[in-house]
Amino acid sequence: MSSPTEGASETHDREAGSKRGAENLVLLSLAAATLAAVAFGVLVIVLPDTQLLGLALGGSLALLGVAAVVAGQKIVPQEIAIEERTDFGERQPASEVVEMVRDAERGVSRRRLLVGAAGASGAALGAAALVPAVALGPKVGETIAQTPWSRGRRVVDSQDRPITADDVQVGAMLSGFPEGASRREFGASIVIVKVPPGELEISARMRADAPEGVLAFSKICPHAGCAVAIYRHPLYEPTTERPALVCPCHYSTFDVRRGGTLEFGPAGRDLPQLPLELNAARELVATGDFVGQIGPSYLGVRK
Amino acid sequence: MIRNLVDYVDERLGVSPGARKLLRYIFPDHWSFLLGEIALYAFIVLVGTGVFMSLYYVPSDAEAVYRGAYEPLRGLTMTESYLSTVNLSLEVPAGLLMRQTHHWAANLMIIAIVLHLLRILLTGAFRKPREINYLVGVTLLALTVLEGFVGYSMPDDLFSGIGLVISYGVALSIPVFGADLAFLIWGAEYPGSSDFFPRLYIVHVLIVPVAIAGLIGMHMAMIMRQHHAQFPSKLATERNVVGYPMWPGYALKAGGLMFLTAAVLFLLGGLVQINPIWQWGPYEPYLASNGAQPDWYLGWLLGSLRLMPALEIQLGDLTLVPNAFWGGLVFPTITFMLMYAWPWIDRRWFGDRDKHDLLDSPRDNPRRTAIVISYFAWVLIIFIAGSIDRLYLSSTVPYEAQVWFLRIAVIVLPFVVYFATKRLCEELSAREPRPLRGWTGKVVRRTPAGGFETVELDEGVPAVDGANGRNGGPVVKEEAGAGEGARGS
Repeated sequence: MSSPTEGASETHDREAGSKRGAENLVLLSLAAATLAAVAFGVLVIVLPDTQLLGLALGGSLALLGVAAVVAGQKIVPQEIAIEERTDFGERQPASEVVEMVRDAERGVSRRRLLVGAAGASGAALGAAALVPAVALGPKVGETIAQTPWSRGRRVVDSQDRPITADDVQVGAMLSGFPEGASRREFGASIVIVKVPPGELEISARMRADAPEGVLAFSKICPHAGCAVAIYRHPLYEPTTERPALVCPCHYSTFDVRRGGTLEFGPAGRDLPQLPLELNAARELVATGDFVGQIGPSYLGVRK
Repeated sequence: MIRNLVDYVDERLGVSPGARKLLRYIFPDHWSFLLGEIALYAFIVLVGTGVFMSLYYVPSDAEAVYRGAYEPLRGLTMTESYLSTVNLSLEVPAGLLMRQTHHWAANLMIIAIVLHLLRILLTGAFRKPREINYLVGVTLLALTVLEGFVGYSMPDDLFSGIGLVISYGVALSIPVFGADLAFLIWGAEYPGSSDFFPRLYIVHVLIVPVAIAGLIGMHMAMIMRQHHAQFPSKLATERNVVGYPMWPGYALKAGGLMFLTAAVLFLLGGLVQINPIWQWGPYEPYLASNGAQPDWYLGWLLGSLRLMPALEIQLGDLTLVPNAFWGGLVFPTITFMLMYAWPWIDRRWFGDRDKHDLLDSPRDNPRRTAIVISYFAWVLIIFIAGSIDRLYLSSTVPYEAQVWFLRIAVIVLPFVVYFATKRLCEELSAREPRPLRGWTGKVVRRTPAGGFETVELDEGVPAVDGANGRNGGPVVKEEAGAGEGARGS
């Protein structure tokens, strides 16, 4: 790296004062820094306690820092220097460079064609280099819309116990999963709530999918994919809002009585409902896949 | 010994002319010039602690059962990524110190860059001839935020998984090719592909850090080529550079600052807990929690996703542009495009195409200061919207009303801040005696005869420069010209 300045620099020395005190301070700091560094090494082997290690290493570095700053400020000669700046444009006329570049064209008759051909082959090679990137991921296809739910799958809780209609209380929220399927999949988890059937404001079809007012929705927010993990249930309805499922990430709020329709927040779609029925043991059983696509929206998702 | 070493190298490589210039390289002195240095030192700490951690971290979504020392997690099935990070934190000697220091250093590096950017914008340091270096700096900010996010995502704890799933949702939302792009990056649906964690790993430990290191090199090479800009003073003009030579004083002080930065970071890493991932538990798609916060430098993106009203472009019941696109991509793109374009906007706005090696004091250019501050206020409100989780749900005001308040504030407040800042700058610069610009006036002094006389001073008063002789600082003995030249053209 070169300095752009050719001009002479003027310097001004500071009178040398008494440096003895500063030198002592630096020596002391350096000695203490050495000790702290040794202490760190010993601690790692003998007693690797995070706090002590941090104190030893941080302390050693702090003492080194103090030593360096004191040395820089009090011991070595102090000066302020002044240097002229160079004007780059004046020093090396840009036109000369342009001429040198242009030199290459001398005696070339089909310059445009050659440059164009070089550009085209460069672009083609660049594009060819990008094509393998396609292999990084599979085609989107149908996998993104698939879920493990199908007719007859029982709903189980996180301990794999079947959930019955009596487990679901008004005002509480349960998480459910498809029996015997992986839970690490977007399509797996559902949230189950209960609304007294008289309070439901939903179509007859949705009502048929909610036996005794037990509603199940995909737990994955259709906005950005967080788990809809908050159930806002009013303690005293006249002064508070209606019961709703809320995503804690971006506060999309889904009205439970209206079957998970968006009430507030950024989501573009309602929560997809999972159709349920009760079997003889009053356990919750899916009667099919979600009504609507689960997971965050992308181009082509239907509302 | 030094002579032998210098001779040995010089005879073979001929470095002494360059070394001489380097040792005499001049640094103008101002505390705000240290912000960029602090970011650099934080980066050095990040590389050091990061190398340590890379020896223990396992980038894999393979499932394993935890059998380590931390009782609440024992017997739980989790990914190798999470397991190895928990073990690094709780079993490896000095592992937690390194991890916490790494996390603190990432936070410090980004805040130092943001404050550095603020300084550059407020003092007009982005103007000709420094536009190229400014672009490199803004790119460094973008890369550092990305690097922070990727690093935060690697442990596969609950919060990192939530961050990843949101970014996956945002990628899906890109019009036309969003779903394909998300599948290319994540290797399939998220969660699901075992290609994904190795990819995060190599991006975090190789691709982005190498880009950052290269850009830091460019940034510093350009600074050295052009020299620092400087504030006007009695000595500093547009045509010179005034400051401390690199050797010996400045090098020692800068090295000291590096050690002190590292010291603060290791003390924080040892004493102040950050991101205790063993308490969050492994990521499961069905879990989320209120108060789950990303690192602060992502708060503005979280906030923009939250504040965006439910607006989607739809054709019938077909989704064309999902909502997450606006807050997750359009907003940060606008934010960074404004930053990138600022030197050219400023140039048109003020009609100023000249070279500037002298910096403005923020109050000297009220309109620029006001627009910069209102821009930061705009981002800050959106940042606040992303950070007040506890308030949203625990205050008596419903969160819907809070969100609406913030939505309106995002539009109104920047204007209020603009006019308030502009007024403040104007008042300040009207009141200030302007010691930096030299002083002309009359001095009354005692005559030997015992009377008083008035002396006209049009040459300026010496020794008003802040650096001169105060605080044990160096004394410039030579009489220099008056302050008028300091403003330049």
